[in-house]
Amino acid sequence: MEKETCTFSYCQRPEIVEVETDLLIIGGGMSACGTAFEATRWANPKGIKITMVDKAATERSGAVAMGLSAINTYCGENDPADYVKYVRNDLMGITREDLVYDLGRHVDDSVHLFEEWGLPIWKQGDDGFSLDGFQAKDAGKAMLKDGGKPVRSGKWQIMINGESYKVIVAEAAKKALEINRQATGVAQNHFERVFIVKLYHDANDPKRVAAAAGFSVRENKIYLFKAKAICLGAGGAVNVFRPRSVKEGQGRAWYPVWNSGSGYALGMQAGAELTMMENRFVPARFKDGYGPVGAWFLFFKAKATDSNGEDYCTNPEYVEDAKKKYGKYVDALGTAIRNHLMMRAMKDGKGPILMRTHEAMQAINATFKEKLGEKEGAKKVKHLEAEAWEDFLDMCIGQAGLWACKNIEPDKSPSEIMPTEPYLLGSHAGCAGFWCSGPDDLGAPKEWSWGYNRMSTVPGLFMMGDIVGASGHKFSSGSHAEGRIAGKNAIAFILDHPDYKPAIKQTADEIAGELYIPYETFEKNKVATTDPFINPNYIRPHMLQARLQKIADEYFGGISTWYMTSKTMLDEGLKQLEMLKEDSQKMAASNLHELMRCWENFHRILSVEAHARHILFREESRYPGYYYRGDFDLIDDNNWKVFVNSKYDAENNTWELKKVPYVQLVD
Amino acid sequence: MPSYVITEKCDGCKAQDKTACQYICPNDLMVLNRDIMKAFNQEPDQCWECYNCVKICPQQAIEVRGYQDFNPLGGNIIPLRGTDAIMWTVKFRNGSLKRFKFPIRTTPEGSIDCYTGKPEVDYSKIKQPGYFTHHGAGKVMPVIKK
Repeated sequence: MEKETCTFSYCQRPEIVEVETDLLIIGGGMSACGTAFEATRWANPKGIKITMVDKAATERSGAVAMGLSAINTYCGENDPADYVKYVRNDLMGITREDLVYDLGRHVDDSVHLFEEWGLPIWKQGDDGFSLDGFQAKDAGKAMLKDGGKPVRSGKWQIMINGESYKVIVAEAAKKALEINRQATGVAQNHFERVFIVKLYHDANDPKRVAAAAGFSVRENKIYLFKAKAICLGAGGAVNVFRPRSVKEGQGRAWYPVWNSGSGYALGMQAGAELTMMENRFVPARFKDGYGPVGAWFLFFKAKATDSNGEDYCTNPEYVEDAKKKYGKYVDALGTAIRNHLMMRAMKDGKGPILMRTHEAMQAINATFKEKLGEKEGAKKVKHLEAEAWEDFLDMCIGQAGLWACKNIEPDKSPSEIMPTEPYLLGSHAGCAGFWCSGPDDLGAPKEWSWGYNRMSTVPGLFMMGDIVGASGHKFSSGSHAEGRIAGKNAIAFILDHPDYKPAIKQTADEIAGELYIPYETFEKNKVATTDPFINPNYIRPHMLQARLQKIADEYFGGISTWYMTSKTMLDEGLKQLEMLKEDSQKMAASNLHELMRCWENFHRILSVEAHARHILFREESRYPGYYYRGDFDLIDDNNWKVFVNSKYDAENNTWELKKVPYVQLVD
Repeated sequence: MPSYVITEKCDGCKAQDKTACQYICPNDLMVLNRDIMKAFNQEPDQCWECYNCVKICPQQAIEVRGYQDFNPLGGNIIPLRGTDAIMWTVKFRNGSLKRFKFPIRTTPEGSIDCYTGKPEVDYSKIKQPGYFTHHGAGKVMPVIKK
């Protein structure tokens, strides 16, 4: 098929803004904000310039834009080695334990900062009941850093009043950037509503990354940022598989709907090595609204059962059958295995699966009244009911809305839970991402550390948050902490290369032309038919995304096959994906918003392709409950207790995959 | 659950260069119809129902109605976000109401002072584990015990 080009014969030529900086932060979420805070402190005395580029408004961007009701990684009194064991267990045995331990030993400092900056954190009251952030302050409870006792919903999780979590963290990041501006005399170093879509190698060192390009979604402007190092925190991939919702509910993705795989695609185009892209996360959540279940399981001690009241995780037949295929991993009962057992019950027609919120609340009610008497007990129960609603209102308001629409009160009736469509991410309970350099003091193999912590295999390109591979369960606090590690190391890299001047082969005009192709395609062809929505010369981003979701769903183990795939299915799906990739060159955008959607889809396609190729390479079912290889429906530790790494060659559209030995560092 | 704009209440943010909802939406969904100077959600099936437009609207002109592919009609959630706390009103389909108030921050907006009282950096430790805050406090980072 003939390739489209853009010579601005039809669409308007944009203004080109070139920005020279030292450290470029791509993204504005938790990890990017962590980078801004840590890197500025190291940068300012040396006059190093830092620039942040965010697709949205940093105050409410990234995965924490809505808020959160808990911080899921706070070590506190726990040993980071136990954190490694927990993460390893949940991710079916294969993680980079150097990265995970490193995260565990750093993360608390970020949580302490959040509290200092104003995030309300629940504390244990003297009577053993919880105090919210205000009550704790009024009662003179100590801050976490001074030994204050958080309310733990699980061993690693603490409860917060987190509606403004991101607002607070972003305020600190923006202050840091302002302080960097003052130190370097730069007029602007924070760009919002600029979507970075491509990275460029250095003209003199083709391995090294030297620049990033993107466009404003508000005005006709292309931005070209040249930098000595880049910290990439552009998030995981959402809405890449056909979602369970059929129409407008598709926006109610479990993970943020704006995470379009940009983090993966940008790094892949730069040639960075991936690891564990076969991993995905399929959370079991409240049906349709996708509200969080963690607090219900851990804090309110609710049980999930099939519709007969049976705990499917202890069904002897299911457990025995699972053990035959997945061995010892079944005993550990990680998230994937729990999903697997739930789906067994569903396939037996024992659904709906119910979270028995009403029984949990009734049990708490009885205990409170017994302990505290009728009146005081009722008061505490009311407080607890508010806490249950806050869990949704802080981080998944739509679930509260769904309960309101269905007249569900959690203390009166149970609620249905359901496994969602698959998501690709590396900071929550998944570990798909890039192969990164780790710390050199934890006894890891030498080849896991190449000088700069969290640097990818591309010199100058640092990864953080959702796109660091084989290191999941970081969550919000861990992403911030990882952004700080990456930022500090990126400054070290810049200081080690004082004479480096980034330069690229491409001209700004060429880059502008490439970025605006979907615009030109639309303008050139739109008059050919009476309705620009139906036109044989191009494909609209909405439709392309639908086709991608359908391919991923039907061939790569989505909901429609109960997460089942195989070599033959993957081969066929990849053929269809190749045609979609060709067609993506014909995407058409009628405005800047659609231009953003087009580029998001380029990023989604690459993310999905990496995922499918990794699943194809790994001849086992490492994550039952997330996906199955029907032709290898077992966990095969003898052959596959290894990392799978890959590299995409963007120029030639080719892939290399390989096994990398797994090494256990924590006993 | 896409957001919608109440015609009577929206004033287009008095024709500033962009509206508050346009400024805040993480998914770039809100746009201003310049003919009538009122905002609308241009892509309701990409709305995450994060309520950031609802919370920020100075006219309280934005609400959310349930995604109609799975929500029965009639429920509604209304936030009122202040500087240190947020009030929520939950209206059920059957008309019953619940109200909640939760803290949102313990410090005044805009008061964060990143580095005052924090240690200076020690460049001899830039390649060691730990942040500048750890180095300044003399904290030695733990390692895996064998």
